[in-house]
Amino acid sequence: MDLLVLVLQGVIIAATPLVFAAIGELVVEKSGVLNLGVEGMMIMGAIAGFSVTLETGSYILGIASAALVGALSASLFGLLTQILLSNQVATGLALTIFGLGLAALWGQGYSGESTQALGKVHIFLFSDIPIIGPLFFSYDPLIYLSVALVIGVSWFLNKTRLGLILRSIGENHDSAHAIGYSVVAVRMAAILFGGACAGLGGAYLSIIQTPLWVEGMTAGRGWIALAIVVFAAWRPGRALVGAYLFGGVTVIQLHVQGLGFEIEAQYMSMLPYLVTIIVLVVISHNKTRAALHAPACLGKPFFASS
Amino acid sequence: MIRLEPRKEMSKNLLYLTPVIAVALTIIFGGVMFLILGKNPVRAITIIFVTPLTDLFTISEIIVKATPLILIGIGLSFGFRAGVWNIGAEGQFTIGALVGGALPALYPVEGFWILPVMCLAGIIGGMAWAAIPAFLRTKFNANEILVTLMLTYVAVLLLSVLVHGPLKDPAGLNFPESRLFNESATLPILIPGTRAHVGFLIAILALIVAWMLLTRHIFGYQVKVMGQSPKAASFGGFIQNKVVWLCLMISGGLAGLAGTFEAAGPVGQLVPALPVGYGFTAIIVAFLGRLTPIGILFAGFVMALTYIGGEAAQIEMNLPSAVTGVFQGMFLFSLLGIDVLAGFRICLAGRRPAGATG
Repeated sequence: MDLLVLVLQGVIIAATPLVFAAIGELVVEKSGVLNLGVEGMMIMGAIAGFSVTLETGSYILGIASAALVGALSASLFGLLTQILLSNQVATGLALTIFGLGLAALWGQGYSGESTQALGKVHIFLFSDIPIIGPLFFSYDPLIYLSVALVIGVSWFLNKTRLGLILRSIGENHDSAHAIGYSVVAVRMAAILFGGACAGLGGAYLSIIQTPLWVEGMTAGRGWIALAIVVFAAWRPGRALVGAYLFGGVTVIQLHVQGLGFEIEAQYMSMLPYLVTIIVLVVISHNKTRAALHAPACLGKPFFASS
Repeated sequence: MIRLEPRKEMSKNLLYLTPVIAVALTIIFGGVMFLILGKNPVRAITIIFVTPLTDLFTISEIIVKATPLILIGIGLSFGFRAGVWNIGAEGQFTIGALVGGALPALYPVEGFWILPVMCLAGIIGGMAWAAIPAFLRTKFNANEILVTLMLTYVAVLLLSVLVHGPLKDPAGLNFPESRLFNESATLPILIPGTRAHVGFLIAILALIVAWMLLTRHIFGYQVKVMGQSPKAASFGGFIQNKVVWLCLMISGGLAGLAGTFEAAGPVGQLVPALPVGYGFTAIIVAFLGRLTPIGILFAGFVMALTYIGGEAAQIEMNLPSAVTGVFQGMFLFSLLGIDVLAGFRICLAGRRPAGATG
C-alpha cells in the first residue's frame, strides 16, 4: 500500500509540469491560436525560475519570474502572429528553437548548481490521515495551484461571459469581429496566459521536480503538452486526466527497471513518446468527431478587413 | 496609427529582399545581445559572419555543414508548400544514419558497391521513418507535426541503444560507438585536405531535381494548390493523400540520405551524438530560402556560417555554443516578422493608399 501511494505521488509530481503547460495551451487554442512554442516557453520558464530562485533564495520570486518570462516569450509569438500576421506553425517552431538556445545561453553558469527542494504544505490533521493524507494533502503548493488552475479555466471557459467571447473568437473570428469583439486583444491575452502557464510548468521542473538546471531539461514535455490538448478534446478536466496518465507512463518507466525487468533504459524512455502517438491516433481517427471538438478557427490568421 | 493594407498580390521584389533584411536585422539584434553579454558586438559579429569566409579551410567546413542543411531543407520545402508539416526530419536523419551506417558498422567489407548500398539503405530508412506519420495522417487523421516530433525522440533513443549494444565496436574498450568506417564506406573528399565530401554535389543535384519537379511537373503544381487552397485541391480531383505521402517520402528520404552522408563523411562512424540538430535547423533553411531551391542553397550556406562562426566565437571570445541556436531562432523570427511587408502595404491611418478602392 505504501508503495502504491508512493507511485501515485510520483505520478502527480511527474505530471504537474504537463498540467501547467497543457492548460495554458488549451486556453490559447480555444481562442483559435496554435502556439507550437510551448517547449521554448517552458524551458525559458525553467531557467528563469531556477536562476532567480538560486540568486534570491526566494521561491515566490523564482516562480513569479518564470511565469513572467514565459509570458514575455509568448508576447514575441503574439506580436508576430497577431500583429504582423506571420504563419503560426513557423513562428511557434521559431519560438521553440529560440527559447532552447536562449535558455542554454542564460543557464551557462548554472549547470550543476541546485536549489533546495520546496517544502510540502502540511494541512493540520488532514495530512496525517493514513493513505488519504499522503495522497491528497502532502504536496508542494504548486501542485494545488495547478489543480486550481484547471478548475478555474474550466469555470472561466464555460461559465463566464469573457470565456464565451474567447470561445466564439476561436470558433469564428470573423463573426466575433463583426459583433464588435476585439479578436486580437482577446487572443493576445490568451497567448500571454498560455506563456505564463508554460513558464510555471518549466519552473516546476527546475525548482521542484529535479531542483537543478540541465540544458534542454524539458526534453519534449512541451510537445507532449500539445498532444494532451488534442487528447483532451479541448476540455480542461480531460487535460488534467491526460497529464496524469502521461505522468503515469513516465513513472512506470522508472519502476519497471526497479522491479528487475531486463530492458534497456532507452526503450523505457521511448514510452511517453510512443504513448503520445498511440493516443493521438485513437483520438483523431474519427474525423468528424475530431473536427467537432477542435476550435474551428484553430491556426487560421485573422485580418480585419474593415 | 499604422494600418496594414493587403496587397493584391505578393510583392515579388520584396519577397526576395526580405531574407536579406532578415539577415541584417538578425545581425543588429545579435549585436544588441552581445552588448548585453558584455562582449564587443563588432568583434563578435565579425568573427561569426566575416572571418569564416576569408579562409579556405573554414569555407570547406561551411560546405560540410551546408550539405545536410540543403539536402534536408529542400526535402522539407515540398511539404511546407503543401501544408504537410514534417518537423521530425531530425529523426529521419538519425534513422538514415543508423540504417545506412549499419553495414560498415557490423561488417568491415570492402568494395565499390558499398557506398551506393549505404546511401540507398539510408534513403529507405528515412522514408520508412517518415512513412509512419504519412500512414497515420492519411489513415487515422493524426497530426503529423506531433507524430514526426515524437518519433524524433524515439529515433535518437534507438540510435543510442543500438550503439550501446549490437553496433558497438568489438575492439572499442566498451565505448558506446561503432567501429570506424573503412575506406570503402567513407565518402570521397571533394577538396583535398578538408572534410568537404561529394555529398555536397548530390545536394546540388537534389536542388536541380527539386526545381524541375516544382516548375515542370504536375506534382509541383499539386503541391502548390494544396498549400494555397486545400478545398480546391480536393475539388480539383487531386488526391490529397498522395501529396501527403509524396511530401513525406521526399523529405524523409533526403533527410535519411543526409544522415548516411553525415555518418559516412565527417563523423566516420555511428555515435549517440550523431544527430546535432540539422533536422531542426533545416526548417529555418527552408523558410529563409523562401521554399525555393535557389533560396535554400543560399540559406543553407548562411545557416552553416552561423555554426562555423559560432564555433569560432566560442574559441576566440569564450562565448557559449548556445549562441548559434539563439542566432538561428532570431533569423526565423526576423524573417517571419518582416514577411508582412511582402503581403501587406503599411500605411498611415486616415490616408487612403493610391489605387485602393472602397
